[in-house]
Amino acid sequence: MTTLLWGVLPYVTFALLVAGLVWRHRYDRFGWTTRSSQVHESRLLNIASPAFHYGILFVLAGHVVRLFVPESWTDAVGVSEHTYHLFSLYGGTAAGLLTVAGIALLVYRRRTNAPVFRATTVNDKIMYVVLLAAIVMGMVAKLAHASGDGYDYRQSIAVWARSLFTLRPDIDRMTGVPVLYEIHAVIGMVLIALVPYTRLVHMFSAPVQYLFRPYVVYRSRDLEQLGPRPERRGWEKAGS
Amino acid sequence: MRPMAQIAMVMNLDKCIGCHTCSVTCKQAWTNRRGMEYVWFNNVETRPGQGYPRRYEDQERWRGGWELNRRGALKLKAGGRIRKLAGIFSNPELPEIKDYYEPWTYDYRNLTDAPLGDDFPVAEPISQLDGKPMKIEWSANWDDNLAGAPAHGDLDPMVERARKQASDKVRFEFEQSFMFYLPRICEHCLNPSCVASCPSGAMYKRAEDGIVLVDQDRCRGWRMCVTGCPYKKVYFNHRTGKAEKCTMCYPRVEVGLPTVCSETCVGRLRYLGVMLYDADKVTAAASVRDERALYEAQLDVFLDPEDSRVRQECEEAGIPYDWLEAARRSPVHALISRYRVALPLHPEYRTMPMVWYIPPLSPVVDALTETGHDGEDAGNLFGAIDSLRIPLEYLAELFTAGDLGPVRSSLEKLAAMRSHMRAINLGEEPDPSVPAAVGMGAYEIEQMYRLLAIAKYEDRYVIPTAAIGDARRLEESALPQGCSLDFDGGPGMGGDGPFGRDSGRKLLPLVPVEENFHILRGRQTADDTDPAAVTHTSDAEEA
Repeated sequence: MTTLLWGVLPYVTFALLVAGLVWRHRYDRFGWTTRSSQVHESRLLNIASPAFHYGILFVLAGHVVRLFVPESWTDAVGVSEHTYHLFSLYGGTAAGLLTVAGIALLVYRRRTNAPVFRATTVNDKIMYVVLLAAIVMGMVAKLAHASGDGYDYRQSIAVWARSLFTLRPDIDRMTGVPVLYEIHAVIGMVLIALVPYTRLVHMFSAPVQYLFRPYVVYRSRDLEQLGPRPERRGWEKAGS
Repeated sequence: MRPMAQIAMVMNLDKCIGCHTCSVTCKQAWTNRRGMEYVWFNNVETRPGQGYPRRYEDQERWRGGWELNRRGALKLKAGGRIRKLAGIFSNPELPEIKDYYEPWTYDYRNLTDAPLGDDFPVAEPISQLDGKPMKIEWSANWDDNLAGAPAHGDLDPMVERARKQASDKVRFEFEQSFMFYLPRICEHCLNPSCVASCPSGAMYKRAEDGIVLVDQDRCRGWRMCVTGCPYKKVYFNHRTGKAEKCTMCYPRVEVGLPTVCSETCVGRLRYLGVMLYDADKVTAAASVRDERALYEAQLDVFLDPEDSRVRQECEEAGIPYDWLEAARRSPVHALISRYRVALPLHPEYRTMPMVWYIPPLSPVVDALTETGHDGEDAGNLFGAIDSLRIPLEYLAELFTAGDLGPVRSSLEKLAAMRSHMRAINLGEEPDPSVPAAVGMGAYEIEQMYRLLAIAKYEDRYVIPTAAIGDARRLEESALPQGCSLDFDGGPGMGGDGPFGRDSGRKLLPLVPVEENFHILRGRQTADDTDPAAVTHTSDAEEA
């Protein structure tokens, strides 16, 4: 079981993520969108969406620091374990609360606004369940181990996470990890695997190139493309 | 000089009868799909009126188009690149569907399925957004023919502006004094702010013909283009989550056919043709400090296709010969640059729009006739154009950022044309002072008359085809420039891919066009509708 969860699941997740992204890019670029519902309801979204997105970006940054910056590095800069914990606790909780408040408002909006609810697919609903579970379990795990210096995941989970990249997963590190953290990690992996198959895929199209390109884009007709191109996923047939 | 060609349109507002045929045929052709119920690529507004979406011209609210920053450089009114990316998680300046109107259908089934009762069953309106019964309170065309103008007329942003200019004397006179129709499509601007707003780079202006399009595969639904367009002619498909817009019917234009809206226009008021322009001058022209100078600045961007130097430059820039010839015969070029009767819609948005309008003289003529004067007498008309300040000021707010000069000049040319042609029709000696008063000769004014009043199909739509433009290149290249299988989604794009050919898409059954044509002709000319029966009869005859 331990091997399955901490030795196999991460790679399955990664394979699903990469394969999904490749598949999406190759066959379903038309479906690659935020599928925004702002044209239906703008007022709540203008508050909730930035709150959630900025919150989750901060949470993401927190995870990157947590998992991929070794303790020796922070020690070298002179950050004590206690300082680190306090920063992680307060910063992380603040970001987490912003995220939770944002997503709670977004879910409320989605459920109560009839046109928005009608535009919600089964896929969206599954995604929301997993996303909410991941966020809530993360918050619960963090706050349940807040006393003292908290649970030191940097000796266990972080080391395991880094070992994944060397293709020699250090499964033993995961023994003795509190069960709340374990649940959070598993849900997190499921969420990562789901990204390319849900609307979450829009996170991979952050339009950074906008900062560097000229304002007006010119393009020429594709001279090789004579006649209609094959119909693709998501495109409706004319007259349907 | 960097010459480029653009397919542009001119609409003669005097001829628009507000029948909405263009809107309906456009909708049937392009937006009769789920997710696009509220969308009209072409709409016809009654002016004065709020327009579609409501009050879209109020850029203080919707932040469309460009403005000048303190240094006098162009910047997007909705904010620059960094601000766009920082605020990408929501777009406070995005109109909701209800700012357009809530689309609906009717519960027709109730008409036949309702149980027997004392009352007639009715088809209740059903919202197409949430599927529930709704109260219809607005539509794309609610204030048609000034309907509700006493209540809503004041909400027209251009009425507000004109009133500010002309102070109190025009209060409440708009509704009584005049009205006209304004058909609107995408302006296919030279300096498109929607394209500039798109974070994904999915929107582009085609280099060959200037048509502005959305790449549906690259659009990620950030919705910035909807805000960026001051004319609100980019729409968000709420089902697919992608932006869509008027395509200038490019599949038709490419083969030399006019757009659907032009083809079906009952009043024959639309003109399509090529405009040549200098792409290097666009930014400078759009950055002119004085809003009222933008019209002249845009005229300066256009190139004269008769100028031999321009023709040489165009040829070097790779503009095909028949496009240059089309530019010489272009009715659009004649109306915009030669006669200068067509004006751009809202040049103050600094997008350099390419659908221009001939302002309507009819409100002036009607007003004159109503007061018992001869509505087509040149003297009366010239006087009336000036004294009927309200239409003039309102039109100036629409077409020249409030500058009365170009509108007056355009209307006077139209007035002179009416007067001159009436004299000819009545067999009188035309007064040479009438054309002279507007700086035109009698021949020139008759030419303009031909273009405005008589122009046949091939005179109104001078559209060079894309294929002929490419023909020379195709002839010259015995070998294709790239791998001919290497098109998007083709086998050259790395084979069928690891998931097989049918993964993710369905292939259209390919039916040769000729066969369709022959089947169609057979069906139309045969007595029997069954094609098998037709063959059978002919066989029997042979036997």
